[in-house]
Amino acid sequence: MAKRVGIEVSIAIAEAVKLAQAEVVAAYPITPQTHIVEHLSELVADGELDAEFIPVESEHAALSTCCGSVAAGARTYTATSSQGLMLMSEVLYVASGMRLPIVMTVANRALSAPISIWNDHQDIMTQRDCGWIQTFAENGQEAVDLTLHAFRVAEDRKVSLPMIVNIDGFTLSHVIEPIELPDQADVDRYLPPFKPKYKLDPKKPISMGPVGIPEVYTEARMAHDQAIKNAKRWIIKAWDEFEEVFGRRYNPVEEYRTEDAEIVLVTMGSISETAMTAVDKMRDEGKKVGLLKIRLWRPFPGPEFRKAAKGAKVLAVVDRTLAPGASSGPVGEELRTVFYKVPGAPKIFNFIAGLGGRDVTVERFEEMVDKAASYAKKRPKELYEVIGVREK
Amino acid sequence: MIPELEKFKGFSAKRLPKEEGLASGHRGCQGCGEVLALRMVMKALGKDVIVCSATGCMEIITSPYPQSAWNVPWIHVAFENAAAVASGVESALKVLRRKGKLPKKHIDVVAVGGDGATGDIGLQWISGAFERGHDMVYVCLDNEAYMNTGVQRSGCTPYGAMTTTSPPGKKSIGQVTWKKNIPQIMVAHNIPYVATASPAYYLDLMNKIKKAAMVNGPAYVHIYSPCPTGWGSRGEKSVEYARLAVETKVFPLYEVIEGKYIVSRKITKPKPVSEYLKGQRRFRHLTEENIAYIQKRVDEEYEKILRLAELT
Ligand SMILES: Cc1ncc(C[n+]2csc(CCOP(=O)(O)OP(=O)(O)O)c2C)c(N)n1
Ligand code: SF4
Ligand SMILES: [Mg+2]
Repeated sequence: MAKRVGIEVSIAIAEAVKLAQAEVVAAYPITPQTHIVEHLSELVADGELDAEFIPVESEHAALSTCCGSVAAGARTYTATSSQGLMLMSEVLYVASGMRLPIVMTVANRALSAPISIWNDHQDIMTQRDCGWIQTFAENGQEAVDLTLHAFRVAEDRKVSLPMIVNIDGFTLSHVIEPIELPDQADVDRYLPPFKPKYKLDPKKPISMGPVGIPEVYTEARMAHDQAIKNAKRWIIKAWDEFEEVFGRRYNPVEEYRTEDAEIVLVTMGSISETAMTAVDKMRDEGKKVGLLKIRLWRPFPGPEFRKAAKGAKVLAVVDRTLAPGASSGPVGEELRTVFYKVPGAPKIFNFIAGLGGRDVTVERFEEMVDKAASYAKKRPKELYEVIGVREK
Repeated sequence: MIPELEKFKGFSAKRLPKEEGLASGHRGCQGCGEVLALRMVMKALGKDVIVCSATGCMEIITSPYPQSAWNVPWIHVAFENAAAVASGVESALKVLRRKGKLPKKHIDVVAVGGDGATGDIGLQWISGAFERGHDMVYVCLDNEAYMNTGVQRSGCTPYGAMTTTSPPGKKSIGQVTWKKNIPQIMVAHNIPYVATASPAYYLDLMNKIKKAAMVNGPAYVHIYSPCPTGWGSRGEKSVEYARLAVETKVFPLYEVIEGKYIVSRKITKPKPVSEYLKGQRRFRHLTEENIAYIQKRVDEEYEKILRLAELT
């Protein structure tokens, strides 16, 4: 029987990687990802996980090593954060372009400078277009479940793409939560052994990572785009199967009290939990407020989102990153595109909140909803607004 | 002596392996010393091998999709990280074998990089892989500059050489630094096997590759590789330059087996360095004085190797 235990989310993720029977783990420590890989190294040292734990000398090497191990046919995992993800950047694009199904946890953290170990989404948003499938976990249970789901999807021959599970640094990675750790037998039922279509094998030599001359480059990039778009089907199917095996349901976009909602908050990651509390409070006060939580960020589930937002008059979209000089935050921009010229589309207002570990409180969500309501009447000058700035 | 090498049997000129891990028809320049050396490397390694290439001439000329010159499994990820990719491949083979998912048969894991990929941008990745002790062979094909991007200087470019980023001028001789000694940096990692080789001595080269593959743990072979395009030399002279570099003591051939230096070819009657420099456009601007300095330094560096051989 699956047991529910009080456990630190990072440890639980490492346990999920163990349940997935990862065969190669290559990682480099960076706060707040450290507890995940520390625990994995313990599991390997204790013989609880039969894997090669490779204590590489940098994040760039971590992901490069992962490319090699997955290309040779081993189930492969890594984790990083912030500066580490930036150092990986070059290889992120190579891994997805080569269709190498690596699974990675990113414990989301702010970017330097000024250096900050605290949570926001700036790290992953710089890598928005890296071609990996990307999901966001809201709580510890999701972090575990999405990790198993990631192996299932990434390694599916119909997908064959690397996958990132985003978890908020500290607010998720370092908290202790009641989490149900699945049974090994159930995981084995859900996650078949990794059998890649192509691998490095002297019996069947292939060349991986060749030069893309102008005659083929565009087609290669297009094939990648199509692959990640087609993947949505299998991502959702793998969630259907997840529900069958484990009883928990996941969707690309999650709705919370959106029935008859006029103003809808849009969030990603762990602030969604506070946002739900804020919605409850505003509902108690008679405000028609709801919440949409984006779980699948890449490929972006446009039709699913439009469907979920149906009826909403105003969207208050929270971005946890600031793109200096841009017209708005990446989530705000994405949704404006998704609703461009759609009849009856809601008005979209973009709020930048929770940078570098700043709390996004219930009051802040109320503020965003109020502002969005007033902006709906009188259009603001800027397309986005930073929330929770200290006056002094 | 390393136990793995007790069974070592060298190649003979009469019975060279027929297999070609690297096919002809690639896009290398005429007279390319790098691809010549790489072909010998692949011949020595045989079929049961996985090759991880760094970005650079050899990667570009062998893999313009949909063509590939590789008859063995091959992967290219980026410029600086071939050693890390090889670490991953080696680790995967290890765990899959342990779990019974792969046959026990040994597969050599080989990383290949140019002097830039090896001695400059990729040094950290190699250092990490060697320190961790992965069972791999790292082959550096040293043509003494970044050729793939148009002959820019590297840390391995020799003193005085002209490249596109070390142009000689009123205030510069060309490359102002002495060639970085990559093999000795590798020796400092206390790995079981380090060697230098030249395609002019092909049996020696192939034997060294074979030994490198036989030892358990990391092994490093640094191969001097003439590049007519980058050096401004004639294609048909590449093997000659590869030999002259050895005969003039410019590029000493040696092995370092578990820290012990063994000089492969002791040069008792060295030819003057000027003979080697001559005919290469990259050295054309050098004065007598410059050449005298180079001669002196070459002699000193060679002495150091001899002394290391005595000491170890
Ligand atoms: C991170 C990165 N920086 C720079 C380059 C451009 N680049 C590609 S190959 C190369 C030089 C290769 O030189 P070397 O390793 O000596 O190999 P060669 O081409 O001489 O055989 C450079 C600078 C790159 N591909 N990636
Ligand atoms: S530029 Fe030099 S190393 Fe590159 S293929 Fe041509 S001859 Fe060989
Ligand atoms: Mg070079």
